[in-house]
Amino acid sequence: MSAFLQFLVNGLTVGSFYALVALGYTMIYGIIRLINFAHGDIFMVGAFVGWTVLAALAASHLPALAALGVALVVAMAATGALGLVIERVAYQPLLKAPRLSILITALGASLALENGVMLKYGAGFETYPHLLAGAGFSVLGAQVKYAQVGFFLLSLALMAGLYLFVHRTPVGTAMRALALDQDAARLMGVNVEGVIMLTFFLGSALAAAAGVMYGTYYTQINFMMGFLLGLRAFTAAVLGGIGNIPGAMVGGLLIGLLEAFSSGYISGQWKDVIVFAVLILVLVVKPTGLFGERVVERM
Amino acid sequence: MALLEVRDLHTFYGSVEALKGVSLDVDEGEIVALIGSNGAGKTTTLRTISGLERARAGTVRFAGRDITRAPAHEIVALGLGHVPEGRRIFSGLTVEENLNLGGYLLRRQPALLKERRDEVYAIFPRLAERRHQLAGTLSGGEQQMLAIGRALMLQPKLLALDEPSMGLAPMLVRTIFGIIQEIRRRGTAVLLVEQNARQALRIADRGYVLETGRIVLSDDAAKLAADPRVRAAYLGGHVEAAAR
Ligand SMILES: Nc1ncnc2c1ncn2[C@@H]1O[C@H](COP(=O)(O)OP(=O)(O)OP(=O)(O)O)[C@@H](O)[C@H]1O
Ligand SMILES: [Mg+2]
Repeated sequence: MSAFLQFLVNGLTVGSFYALVALGYTMIYGIIRLINFAHGDIFMVGAFVGWTVLAALAASHLPALAALGVALVVAMAATGALGLVIERVAYQPLLKAPRLSILITALGASLALENGVMLKYGAGFETYPHLLAGAGFSVLGAQVKYAQVGFFLLSLALMAGLYLFVHRTPVGTAMRALALDQDAARLMGVNVEGVIMLTFFLGSALAAAAGVMYGTYYTQINFMMGFLLGLRAFTAAVLGGIGNIPGAMVGGLLIGLLEAFSSGYISGQWKDVIVFAVLILVLVVKPTGLFGERVVERM
Repeated sequence: MALLEVRDLHTFYGSVEALKGVSLDVDEGEIVALIGSNGAGKTTTLRTISGLERARAGTVRFAGRDITRAPAHEIVALGLGHVPEGRRIFSGLTVEENLNLGGYLLRRQPALLKERRDEVYAIFPRLAERRHQLAGTLSGGEQQMLAIGRALMLQPKLLALDEPSMGLAPMLVRTIFGIIQEIRRRGTAVLLVEQNARQALRIADRGYVLETGRIVLSDDAAKLAADPRVRAAYLGGHVEAAAR
């Protein structure tokens, strides 16, 4: 029982990071049908921006939580802006070009981010300050860190905020509309290019939040950290039904749980095998993913 | 000066010249029909006017402004509405969300937005009953009503309609044409693209005939409807009928 609970808690923690990153994949795919290969690296850049802010704040006597809050906000804003610039420079000129061109520039953006960060910070690991000191409590024999609870709740709040934005505001409705029909959205007076940029901003900011939380929780960050995590988050988006926002949230949490339970009950070496086996199984039974309705069209 | 002035418009798809110098005018309060057979360039004309396609040459002026290179969303804001071919409603959104998108530019004036929505519901009571239904589940006629209602949310000065009667039963076609006349009565000029030339010319003031990217005839609607060339090609649809 205590082991089960422990795996559950660990799974939800890592799953909420996957979910936040998966949201970016799914939103960007939803509106421009692009699998944004650079998105995992956006998560990585977010982690590095957060680390830089925390390092700069180390001399100040800001309380740990306040410093973390500043790092989160700065990382989200700066990384969001970076995502928007990448969209403007690398993707927007190619939106009407054959799909393959934009896929290639996405790969290029990914490599540019990885190598840019490597040149600036080096190829080794950076260590996040031990802000939250591993304090926690135990429930039924399972050790729960305050950081886990806090990060899980913060992730849920960000996801809820995004959901409300997309479903309850005019701009969010415009986002859903242009995912369905760009020309028709233009005829409604929607500035389509502007909404696409906003989508990149939001997706990148969420990934950055995950990056800072990841860094704080696991403490080690590296310029390649976005690769595997991005792959798992993308898997989560596909599992939930790519293009579907609640799907990405649920998919992320499910992948996190699957990983935690398979490394806990079977072996850490088997976890990726199990995760991808489940993904394949789900896609065989329901090709559009758990929540997907539309058939994946282009690409 | 006319409300809409199109001069010598040339539009290409790749190297194919779909419009080879189209000129037309729409005055305030007018219904102008644009007729022509399949592939003549009617849809392309409307799409170029509303900024969805870029003209390679020529000008479009609307309400005294040159809008030839303006982006589509700015053209809508100037008061030029466009109900596209095939309706293009947002099938995965509800009826009400579709109307709200029609009023997207009023999004910071919720009271006005609601007023406009209620006006549309008054014109199309069927939509009011189905306001929370997904638009994709509406019948063809209801979808056309939604497409028109959505474009009326901004009370445009000019409404361009691309084949609003396509695929509808004769009764519904009459309803739609009645609504077009009502829209004009409320002060909106209409540029009406139709395959259904007979009915279009019946409610229009003037008309243009488009053939392979060129305007080949333009006249008062009644005169066009009586013109033997038009009758042969577009009314009755059988060239042999005119030869008799
Ligand atoms: N997206 C496109 N790409 C390439 N060619 C196109 C495209 N859209 C239209 N065309 C071509 O341009 C010409 C004009 O087409 P358009 O759709 O404007 O005609 P239309 O008068 O609206 O016809 P219909 O009555 O069938 O709707 C046609 O020859 C058509 O094949
Ligand atoms: Mg057409």
